[in-house]
Order: sequence, then C-alpha cells, then structure tokens
Amino acid sequence: MEPISVITGQMAPLPRANVDTDAIIPKQYLKRVERSGFGPFLFYEWAYDEEGEMIPDFILNQPDYGAAEVLVSGPNFGSGSSREHAPWSIEDRGFKAIIAPSFADIFYNNCINIGLLPIVLGDEDVATLTQIADDPDNLVTIDLEDQTVATIGFEAHFQIDPFAKHRLRNGLDNIALTLEHGEAINDYEQARPAIKPTLG
Amino acid sequence: MTTPRTMYEKIWNDHVVRDGGGSEPDLLYIDLHLVHEVTSPQAFESLDLSGRTVRRPDLTLATIDHGVPTEGRELGIKDPLSKKQIDTLIANCRKHNIELYDISDIRQGIVHVIGPEQGVTQPGMTIVCGDSHTSTHGAFGALAFGIGTSEVEHVLATQTLPQTRPKSMAVNVNGTLPTGVTAKDIILGIINRIGVAGGTGYVIEYRGSTIEALSMAGRMTICNMSIEGGARAGMIAPDETTFEYLKDRNYAPKGDHWNAAVNYWKSIRTDEGAEFDVEVNIDATDLTPYVSWGTNPAQTVSVTDVVPDPNEFDDPLERDAAVRSLAYMDLEAGTAITEIPIDRVFFGSCTNGRIEDLRAGAALLEGKKVKEGVHAMVVPGSGLVKLQAEEEGLDIIFKNAGFEWRDAGCSMCLGMNPDILMPGERCASTSNRNFEGRQGRNGRTHLVSPEMAVAAAVEGHFVDVREWK
Repeated sequence: MEPISVITGQMAPLPRANVDTDAIIPKQYLKRVERSGFGPFLFYEWAYDEEGEMIPDFILNQPDYGAAEVLVSGPNFGSGSSREHAPWSIEDRGFKAIIAPSFADIFYNNCINIGLLPIVLGDEDVATLTQIADDPDNLVTIDLEDQTVATIGFEAHFQIDPFAKHRLRNGLDNIALTLEHGEAINDYEQARPAIKPTLG
Repeated sequence: MTTPRTMYEKIWNDHVVRDGGGSEPDLLYIDLHLVHEVTSPQAFESLDLSGRTVRRPDLTLATIDHGVPTEGRELGIKDPLSKKQIDTLIANCRKHNIELYDISDIRQGIVHVIGPEQGVTQPGMTIVCGDSHTSTHGAFGALAFGIGTSEVEHVLATQTLPQTRPKSMAVNVNGTLPTGVTAKDIILGIINRIGVAGGTGYVIEYRGSTIEALSMAGRMTICNMSIEGGARAGMIAPDETTFEYLKDRNYAPKGDHWNAAVNYWKSIRTDEGAEFDVEVNIDATDLTPYVSWGTNPAQTVSVTDVVPDPNEFDDPLERDAAVRSLAYMDLEAGTAITEIPIDRVFFGSCTNGRIEDLRAGAALLEGKKVKEGVHAMVVPGSGLVKLQAEEEGLDIIFKNAGFEWRDAGCSMCLGMNPDILMPGERCASTSNRNFEGRQGRNGRTHLVSPEMAVAAAVEGHFVDVREWK
C-alpha cells in the first residue's frame, strides 16, 4: 500500500445516491482470481450498452475527465456487498480518493485497507464540489495531514479516524501491525473456552 | 452492581485480544471464519507471497456457493473463469488444511446456510466471512459481519481483526404477526422505515415478542438483511428456540460441554436496563406483505398499495433515485402492485433458501400450477436442505406445479453462475437485493417473501397472499 500525503487531481462528478457495489463492479467481473486489472469493468453497465458499445455521455467515458483521480458522489456510496473488487476497480482506474456525504461501512473499511482515501463531507460541500467539477479544468487538492479538501473558491476540513490516517499516511500493512501483538493473541487463545467449536 | 450491558457489548468485550484504548481499534478474536471462492483467492495469494500461513485452519470452514451451477453439475463447470476460481479455492484449502464442502459434498451450500446447519454457528461467537450477508449468523446471538478480501487475509493470518466499535441500535418489534405476513416482511418493513443507510455505523439487536416468537429460520431471514439497512451486523438473543435448534447438530457442544455452553449462552443476553444508542419501535400488527418496486431494498410498498409517485418524496436525492428506479423497473407511478405481471420466480438464497421456507412455499403450492409463460425455479440453500425437502416430498409438489428443482448455491440471487435474468425480464425473488443489474443486466427484481413468490408464480402477477387461496 502506497503512502498518501497530498493528492492533486481532476474530479469526476457522479451525483447519485446509494451507488451500490453491483453498479461499481457487476458480478460477471468478480470471477478473476487476480488482484489487479478490474479498472476496465468499473461501472460497466453505466459505461457500456448491452452490445458492449461505449456510452459516450457517461462521465468516465468523457475524454475531458480521462485523468480524473477524485470521484465525487452521493450519500451511502458503496452500499451492498463486501466485494473488495469494488474499490480495486476504482483504484485500478486511477482514482486516489472518493468524496461523498456518507459511505457504506464495509466499503469504507475496504478503501482504507487498500489505500484509497474515502472522504466524508457535508451534503452542501459535496454539492458545491459537484458543481465545481462540472469544469474538468478545476483541480482539487486533498491534504491528508491537514485533513483538507481545497479547490477554486472552496476549502473544507474532513474527519478521519486517527489510526486509519496513520496507516494511510505511512502505507502500513495491517497484518504486520497485528502480528506485533502475537503474544496477546497467544494468551487469548490459551484462555479461550473449550466449548467453542473447532472444525476437522 | 455492574452497569447493564447489551449482548453486543458483552460479545465484543469477550473477544478483545488487545484494547485499543480509544486511539486505536480494538483487536478482536474471530471464532469462525467462513470462506468461499469469490472473495478469497487474492487473500490466499497475498498470504503466500508474504510467507505467512493460516493461523487456525480448525476455525476456518470453506464452501463453494457463488459461482456454482445449479444444474448439470455432473458435466463439470463450463464457465472457465468460474472453474478456475473454484479450482483455486480447492487448491488453497488443500494446501492450508482447511475443511471444504466441495461441489460433490452433500453438505455443500450457501455459506450462511451451512454454518447454522452444521451447528458451527453458535451464540456468543464472533463470525466473519467475505460476504455482506454474514449478518445472518447473528440470529443465534453471534456477532457476525461481512469483511473485504484484505480482512479475509488478515483473519487467515492472525485469526483476529482490528475493529472500531460500532454504535448499538435496538429494533423492537412487538405484537402478533398477522397471518400471511412473514419474517421477510418484518425485515422489509424495518428497512423501509430506517432506510438503506439507517443502520450504517450500528449493530442492530432485534428484540420484542414478535422476534421471540419466530423460528430460527425466520430469525436468520431478518438478520440476513441487516446489511440492506446499512448495518454490518444484526443479532437476536439466544433462547430455548436457539438451543433446541442447535442441540445434537454436528458441531454443537456435547455432554458436559452442552450444559456449560447453554449457561454461557444465556449469560450473553442483553441485561435488563441496558441502553442502546438508538431504539426503533415497530408494531407487528401494522406489517403487511411487502413488494419492492425500485432498485434498493427500502423502496418497498404493501402489496395492496400502488407504485409511488417520485414527487411524493421530499428529499431531492430520494426523488431522483425514485425516478431512476421507475425508469429502470419500467413501472409507472400509480400502478397497483397486484397488476404487475412477472416472467420469472426465483425461490432460494441465504435469505429464504432454508427447509422452513421450502415447506411454507410448498404448502401454498400444493395442487396448483405455475402460470403459463412464467419460468419458476427453486434453489435449495444447501445439499442437505435439498435432501430433506426430497425426503418430505416437497420437490414433487414444486415439480408438479412446474417449478424447476435445482442444486444448492447462491444462483440467481446475484447471478454469478448461469442463472440470470434476460434483459427486461421481471422476477419475483425471495432474495435480498434488487439493485440494478443484480440478477442480470436490465433484469427487474421484486423482493418478496417465499409465500408471495409462490402465489405470484401461480397467478402470473403479484397477489395479496393473505387473501389468496
């Protein structure tokens, strides 16, 4: 996981509520066993018609937004399944952050775990950013250390869990962090009640 | 005197390996990790690449459910990608010594059906799986939630997960459930009231006399759909119904351990006077059979109602969502729900694919025929559910009526296998999600109870099952 400090880039506005994981990456693309390469299938059924022809109006198909690195969307973004393929596909398409009024819990955790920055801003701030993003030349700057989002005539502060921030800023492997507490895990297992089921 | 605690707090506290002290997440021990073919291959690969091993294969159980075909299995898996994914799981389980219910195993089935069926899902446990419907297991008084693939790898490697403590919500449902109104209608009614994000950041405990009167199957249906209201976990206190269900199951405690376990299970119930962050009260006598009209599980109305007018919604985003939903669903505002014709019926899934669901469906269907032109199928939740149904002759009732009788799997709930809707097809589905494209590109899903699905299959359109003969 790459450390994040400052992200400066183009925004892509997707002003819809409840963008679900089936929309982000339809199930027919969940069959791959690889970790990368999901980007071409991002929002597939909004981006391509039934014949597989590109739908030119869709925001991510517009050449002007070809370099977008920050997705700006509606509340309850990432609702639905636990598929990490959803944030993988967003990341693989070149996005580094998502700004929305709220996120679904599992999706939010998945983003933190892969180093894709989820940013919660108020409804009005997101609406303002969506308008600003209508001009693809307006870049946004996200500073994780200061917890700020800034663009032309706009600046907002965002909240993030301090430990999640620490991990994102340093690109830390969560498993390695947990394994530092190996002794505590051993102790817990020693004291675990015998009534708990084991398999095999 | 100690402060009264909720069940969720007790289970959480019992699993803290390391207290994060507020500045870091707590590290929780995981009692059971369920694994399937879709969300695990990248986790195993990364585990191998970092030279780590599976810490507790004996607390890990795998099955094949999402991509498996539900007919013609003897011919093998035709889809090369699904085959590779399934073969990868088989190889990973073999390599890491993880118990796997393979396709040929009678115990194979949907991951959230097999855990309870084998008795490996028990009260007081922490249970995770790379699947959002892991909340199902909360029906036993377990803290069970869905995780992503990075977390799957984390649990494989450490048998723990760092977690920030969610808030607690009590959903109190009291009163006698009207005839023809089911557990599915309770949860659809709850989601309609709290909204698809109403439970975000919360663990829900479903409480009250209506919940207590439900069978384990009904409780699982309710907890299953917690995530459709945004809550990662939903739970129901264990009681005699729970103990009766678990006794003598394969992995249930035996002998002296049984009594010790029951005592522990009783101790985890929410204490009298414990406070929840939020409480929601629902009168069961207000509930009716529900049908979803839109593309999220909160977009439902009573079967006696009409498709709503988007202008009725005050919130502009909800209004826009309703306009989009109606366009996708090809429905007009004001249309009576009972006038909506259907093409397909899907009976199954981790929401409603258990033996009790099949019994309820078959009881209504006996002696009737599926309407000409309607394609209906039953996909039992596990091989054992299928076998049990066949021993009871339920398969004959379904088949005589014109339903296809399939093998166990997730099937058309999410359409990762060949069971999908064709563009424009409209389906009465006992599953949990009606998202755009969920059951097949441009397919139209209406979420209903098993009873409502069967009645719709016979009539070719939705009917009020309370009055249907």
